Amino acid sequence: MDRFLYISMTGARETLRAQTANNHNLANASTTGFRADLSAFQTRAVAGAGYASRAYATSATTGWDASQGALQSTGQDLDVSVQGQGWIAVQALDGSEAYTRAGDLRVDPSGILMTGAGHPVLGDAGPISVPPHASVTVGGDGTVSIVPLGQGPQTSAILGRIKLVNPPPQSVVRGDDGLFRTADGAPAPADAAVHLVSGVLESSNVNAAEAMVNMIELARRFDLQVKAMRTAEENGASSAQLLRSG
Amino acid sequence: MNPALWAAKTGLDAQQTRMTVTSNNLANVNTTAYKKSRAVFEDLLYQNVRQVGGATSQDTQAPTGLSLGTGVRVVATEKTYTQGNLAQTGNSLDVAISGRGFFEVLMPDGAMGYTRNGDFQVNAQGELVTASGYAIQPGITIPDAAQSVTIGKDGVVTVQMAGQSAPTQVGSLQLVDFINPAGLQPRGENLLLESAASGPPQTGTPGLNGLGMIEQGSLESSNVNVVEELVNMIETQRAYEMNSKAIATTDQMLEYVTNQL
Repeated sequence: MDRFLYISMTGARETLRAQTANNHNLANASTTGFRADLSAFQTRAVAGAGYASRAYATSATTGWDASQGALQSTGQDLDVSVQGQGWIAVQALDGSEAYTRAGDLRVDPSGILMTGAGHPVLGDAGPISVPPHASVTVGGDGTVSIVPLGQGPQTSAILGRIKLVNPPPQSVVRGDDGLFRTADGAPAPADAAVHLVSGVLESSNVNAAEAMVNMIELARRFDLQVKAMRTAEENGASSAQLLRSG
Repeated sequence: MNPALWAAKTGLDAQQTRMTVTSNNLANVNTTAYKKSRAVFEDLLYQNVRQVGGATSQDTQAPTGLSLGTGVRVVATEKTYTQGNLAQTGNSLDVAISGRGFFEVLMPDGAMGYTRNGDFQVNAQGELVTASGYAIQPGITIPDAAQSVTIGKDGVVTVQMAGQSAPTQVGSLQLVDFINPAGLQPRGENLLLESAASGPPQTGTPGLNGLGMIEQGSLESSNVNVVEELVNMIETQRAYEMNSKAIATTDQMLEYVTNQL
């Protein structure tokens, strides 16, 4: 079969994969703290005897978009968002340290501070425990303090400080569970410069208009690849015709 | 079928759920002591198509890989327990909780329900009941000949009997608190049920140990912010349209294949 057909076929297949990544971004256009997936195409030249005319395309995840999402004011004490760069440290299901931008915190029945997705928030010394309280406050540096039940506002108990980190963006990768981790797996050091805002949630940073344009572009590029496959088929049919008439 | 279609489909599902939550909030904008809900989204698992850092030779690694997301899901709908406005009604059996806490009521199946709706009535036996007819716990009976009922900030219920100068105490309202009120299970009829996530109920006297005070002659209005819900609705609708467009585009791509080849 003509090699040309296979080159077009990989182009179409990888474009469809890129469309999947784009649809995933669109589906998460309103997920709290979501970071858009960035993908790009790369060429893979096929080496061999003869003229090197073949280069397959592969779609690759090149990282995630580090821009800040829109801040939505909710007025709830336990809704926090990271201002600028930085991450909130949480404990993943396997017990390892992972990072998230989703700051929709809550307290579970055993008093552990959790994210909305159910991961315990890490303090300087493991998960933060919140006893029964009249009110709870998260400070700009991540300090969690409460007014204990039965006490006046003059009594404030500090429970711990949420671990905030800011490793270089290129060293942070997304895991299969949607949480972020450092590429080498070592926990990032706490960074005192990362600032939290309370009463605000960060929405997804997916740029909907950009994703829609990207979607159109991918669809047209896919059409081109399929058209090329069609041409390959026509070329084959013409060759067969020539052989028959000869 | 193609994962691109399914990723967009989960987006439609999630936005549909969010719309349901928003319209339920809007429908309850005038429900006494209603607490607004919010849909919490989470991105679904990622499929690792090509491993990042896989060895491309003995000494080199692939700098990028391909991991495809599979969409979004609604992980929870959680209630927001901010205080609603107190509306003065002047009715002596209308009470509002100003602060934390719930009233405990006995449901017909014998289980306990919890509500912040203090729109109380007296039934044929003189018992203090909710608008649905469920008795308040601990039970309070208002005598036949009571001229007026007074409910104090601390929940003490006193009645003025005809021909007596001093008021008579007939009981007191108690409040119940939970460590995680957002974990209570909504049941409808303004009632919430204890769940494994809410923790056990802790009973106390209004005004003590962080519990709220009782305000007689007021009702707590719903804490739904109409403008916020309308903005939510616009955002939901646009996100829904974009996901539906994504499905249509993916469909056209596949249709083009079947037509051309």
